[in-house]
Amino acid sequence: MKDSFPRGQVAVVGAATYGMGEAPGFQNVELAASASVRALAQAGLQPKDVDGLFIVTMDDTLVGLTFAEYLGIQPRFTDNCRTGGSSFQIQATIAALALAAGQCDVVLIAYGSNQRTTSGKLVQSGRASPWEAPYRPMNPITSYALAAARHMHQYGTTKEQLGEVAIAARQWAQKNPDAFMREELTMEGYLSARTISSPLGVRDCCLVTDGAAAVVMVRADHARDLVKKPVYLLGAAAETTHREIANMPDLTLTGTARAAKRAFAQAGVKPGDIDVVELYDAFTINTILFLEDMGFCPKGEGGRFVSGGRIAPGGELPVNTNGGGLSCVHPGMYGLFTIVEATRQLQGICGERQVPDAKLAVAQGNGGVLSSEAVLVLGTEETL
Amino acid sequence: MADMRPEQEFFEFLEAGRFMIQRCRDSGHHIFYPRVAEPMSGSSNLEWVEASGEGVVYSVTHISQKPPTPSYNVALIDLAEGPRMMSRVDGIAAEEVKIGMRVKARVVRENDKAVVVFEPA
Repeated sequence: MKDSFPRGQVAVVGAATYGMGEAPGFQNVELAASASVRALAQAGLQPKDVDGLFIVTMDDTLVGLTFAEYLGIQPRFTDNCRTGGSSFQIQATIAALALAAGQCDVVLIAYGSNQRTTSGKLVQSGRASPWEAPYRPMNPITSYALAAARHMHQYGTTKEQLGEVAIAARQWAQKNPDAFMREELTMEGYLSARTISSPLGVRDCCLVTDGAAAVVMVRADHARDLVKKPVYLLGAAAETTHREIANMPDLTLTGTARAAKRAFAQAGVKPGDIDVVELYDAFTINTILFLEDMGFCPKGEGGRFVSGGRIAPGGELPVNTNGGGLSCVHPGMYGLFTIVEATRQLQGICGERQVPDAKLAVAQGNGGVLSSEAVLVLGTEETL
Repeated sequence: MADMRPEQEFFEFLEAGRFMIQRCRDSGHHIFYPRVAEPMSGSSNLEWVEASGEGVVYSVTHISQKPPTPSYNVALIDLAEGPRMMSRVDGIAAEEVKIGMRVKARVVRENDKAVVVFEPA
């Protein structure tokens, strides 16, 4: 099967966030537009320069049209992908293909959510399932809990190992002034947190925050005229495996395995080459599953791999350097924030949390209940 | 038109106390949840068959409630016929439901609706 990708032919030239944590009084599109103009300004661009528009919000299935109107533009290419939190990785993939083909010249990818200050809980985006509703799962937590329970049963993964993930994320957040939860989290504090859907408790779950993010992409030749340090897209792949957790073939193996294999092959890199990993940690088990599936450790070893501070600040593999969905920001969908943080790390502008000399990064996205998985490989000029 | 209305017919059977799943006459594979065509092949040569009701717990979670309301379990059950379904294991404490446990289906009524649940076999 041919699986080609225009490696290094498109680059990120702007990446911004806005309204991180709490942004009372703002509408979703207002937050998304605020991040967008900031990301565009980094490349000296304005909304009128955008002719490829990609956006998702939780509340508007036609938001591509809404946002074009809001920015006052008439894009040649408009998309509002709905695979959940992986939408943005998939949009970056489509955008790269569209840019390389000449379907558009300047791409904006945006997201914004006010879910914390308007509802205080995760906004549900799916239909009520007749196959699930009678059993009252607390989704999405219950679906991820079922995956965690199975991983523990099959591989001996422990609650303390899930705790290592939460604590590492918190330690990174303590180095990020934009992160929402920065107070110290100890193993004792983690273990004593209230259980919601076993084995997952409050501290295994992502935050419920407001927030917006935006990314600007152009072709590589154009990128070098706009900014000093373009961040190049080297590989991108997505996989769909199911919608509801009962139909996931193996709860310990996600579509990230196939997506990462493809994206790494396109980029011509292997897991050991990656300097920094930004992955979608909606729940602590995600980090373990995705590190295994991307090949950073063998299947089943994820719990042991994350132990002893290996993914925390100072550890050998920096993972979720902004604090992740667990401790930095999680406004309903987090996928775009992994692309922003990967870009910033490769631009070398992350201050106290900067990974020294980062050249290759992964920005992974997850949608539904481990249903839609997508992996981007990003690199600096030296990796071309 | 004689085409199956899979979801409607499933719940009609269930209301009559019967847990039915589909079988593809071409491949012999069983299908749940019910569909108009077999996954992958697209074959619509399907029939309803009585589920054996035998299954094994593939995974389980306990959902905590405010005391004194007891926690309840949500389980994934691998049916003997092959498909997996979400359900609940009744008849023992939520915390006693374990992965690998053999269970047997039962149709019960809840909130005026028929529901498939399982009990230890």
